Amino acid sequence: MSRKARTSNTRKAKTDSDQLRWMYTQMVRIREFEEAVKCTFIEHAGLIRGHSHLGDGAEASIVGALSTRRETDIVMPSYRCHGYPIVLGTPLGKIMAEVFGRRDGMCHGFGGSMHLADPSRYFPGTSGIIGQGIAHATGAALSAQVKRGGQIVYCFFGDGASKQGAFFESLNMAAVWKLPIVYVLENNQYQAYTHFSLEDANAVAGEPLSKKARAFSIPGATVDGTDPLAVQRVVAKAAHRARTGDGPSLIETKFYRLSAHGNVITVPPLPTQFPEHEAVAVYGNRKEFERWKAKDPVKRFRARLLKNRVLTEASAQRIDAAARAEVQDAVQFALASPLPAPEEALEYVYA
Amino acid sequence: MAREMMYGDAIAAAIVGEMQRDPNVIFYGQNMAMTERDPMLKKFGKERVRIAPISETAEIGIGIGAAMTGLRPIVELWMSEFMLVAFDQVINEAPRLRYMSGGQVSVPLVLKAGFGFCAGWAGQHSNCIYHTMMGIPGLKVVVPSTSADAKGLMAAAIRDDNPVVYLHSYMLTLDKGEVPDGEYVVPLGVADIKNPGTDVTIVAIGWMVKKALAAAERLAAENISAEVVDPRTLAPLDVTTIVNSVKKTGRVVLVDQAPRHSSAAAVIAGEIAEHAIGSFDALRMVTALDTPIPYSEPLENYVVPNEDKIVEAVKSVLAQKAVAA
Repeated sequence: MSRKARTSNTRKAKTDSDQLRWMYTQMVRIREFEEAVKCTFIEHAGLIRGHSHLGDGAEASIVGALSTRRETDIVMPSYRCHGYPIVLGTPLGKIMAEVFGRRDGMCHGFGGSMHLADPSRYFPGTSGIIGQGIAHATGAALSAQVKRGGQIVYCFFGDGASKQGAFFESLNMAAVWKLPIVYVLENNQYQAYTHFSLEDANAVAGEPLSKKARAFSIPGATVDGTDPLAVQRVVAKAAHRARTGDGPSLIETKFYRLSAHGNVITVPPLPTQFPEHEAVAVYGNRKEFERWKAKDPVKRFRARLLKNRVLTEASAQRIDAAARAEVQDAVQFALASPLPAPEEALEYVYA
Repeated sequence: MAREMMYGDAIAAAIVGEMQRDPNVIFYGQNMAMTERDPMLKKFGKERVRIAPISETAEIGIGIGAAMTGLRPIVELWMSEFMLVAFDQVINEAPRLRYMSGGQVSVPLVLKAGFGFCAGWAGQHSNCIYHTMMGIPGLKVVVPSTSADAKGLMAAAIRDDNPVVYLHSYMLTLDKGEVPDGEYVVPLGVADIKNPGTDVTIVAIGWMVKKALAAAERLAAENISAEVVDPRTLAPLDVTTIVNSVKKTGRVVLVDQAPRHSSAAAVIAGEIAEHAIGSFDALRMVTALDTPIPYSEPLENYVVPNEDKIVEAVKSVLAQKAVAA
């Protein structure tokens, strides 16, 4: 091997390990953030209002997909949206402050957990109505196509959303117009409280949900959503297809939501709180829950990087500790941030 | 300079003008731009003028997403009732996204649709559904009644940074009127006094403005001076102009093609009640009867307001004894 080739291989290896460490770091940051939100329901009962939906379990899918993203690509997730701005670089304090309804929140307390938005980081916003945001993401892809700036759109939604008319209509139009978009169907196995085997035709037939892609004559693939590198491989292909003008793809990332759908729906003055996962609370199937918990994507990726010597135990601990400290700072920032003044409610109705 | 133009052509002229002015304006819908011969397609190309499948949820939702990311889409929906298929997008998405984001995004979107097609289209294609939308904060609702307004309000709707539902009366499509040439913008939220008068105020919307003006002409022959006020924009509603007219005349008739309890007239009556109390003697609403719109012509005519009903209502409010100070 020539010296030159060796140097470039070494450089590539370094880049690869850098990226792997970056991916692990993002996964831990998401996990720590969601754990902190959950803790808030205990430590500051009543502070988080309404409905919050956590993304623990989705880390590999989110980070694997977004690791293929370029700087100006647009990200449009569903209302289960904490993880994406974390990866995009929104300060965690601003995200937590929004969940807490504070003025320093990324949406000044007007959106809350379900409606995060950071357009400055190519995250225009979310819909809280299941599946409807798929159409908005498709519209963002129309913008990208018309403006010819080379952007593509990453559209994330759940298995439940794939039964909405908005899903079918949007994928049809995206295919007809060859829009630059990657549809990531995050199959976390529960549509709110209902197991997907009870409500999805493909699942009932024992087939992957990505089979829906065939209805639109676009590529469809199902991938292990607990493995960020597997997700990265498949999404990279779909992103390339979108970028080169060949149109949309549908990727089913299959994983398991590790928390319940959302906090318990309570009526004031009862404070909201987080229940056990539906597998346990609704279906009495603790075995299923434990089986998937054993496949925890963050723990598995950590073990893998230790084994491959991308991380040492010490460097992994440093990453973990840094994420924990960052999230604790975010909680303190959010707690210290003032609530909005009541009359601010009149702002932002019209542009 | 101005020229005579049909209401429908005036709308098209505004769209063409705005598309020439701003490359971010795009236009799409079902059953349009189907062949290479289409004049809009020829002018602006297939990136900006598109044909869409019968998918209102996606058509409107895509318009919202495109608007959030820098385009100014006009979605051709043809009939306002087709929006009902996708009402989540109209009511619960487009007007909410800016607010929920704390003002970070805007949704400059125009949803264009005809309404109130009283020409034998029966129960599902002849309705007036603006009442449902005029009370949604964040959404603007425009209902032009003349060719000039049709052009000026469309231009304003396209330039507006908010979602605007632009409802044109199918019954006025072929009506001719003077339209200013070139750039012509009628600001949203400003009512227009279509006929000044002193004895009674008639507030009318869309096609009903034409009926009210015809009624006013008949009343003038009987020495009754009717002021016809056209709100032009139902949201935001120019309450001031309406209330000032009512305070001046002391009597008011509200004419609306929609059924009574889902009419804009009902909302306007509430504003008059609160803001002009003590300065008017009588109010009547002339609305469609509380039925779906029937198919057969005599049935349809019976249900919808007409000149006779307006004249009768004006005379009845004038006959009412003065109570106001």
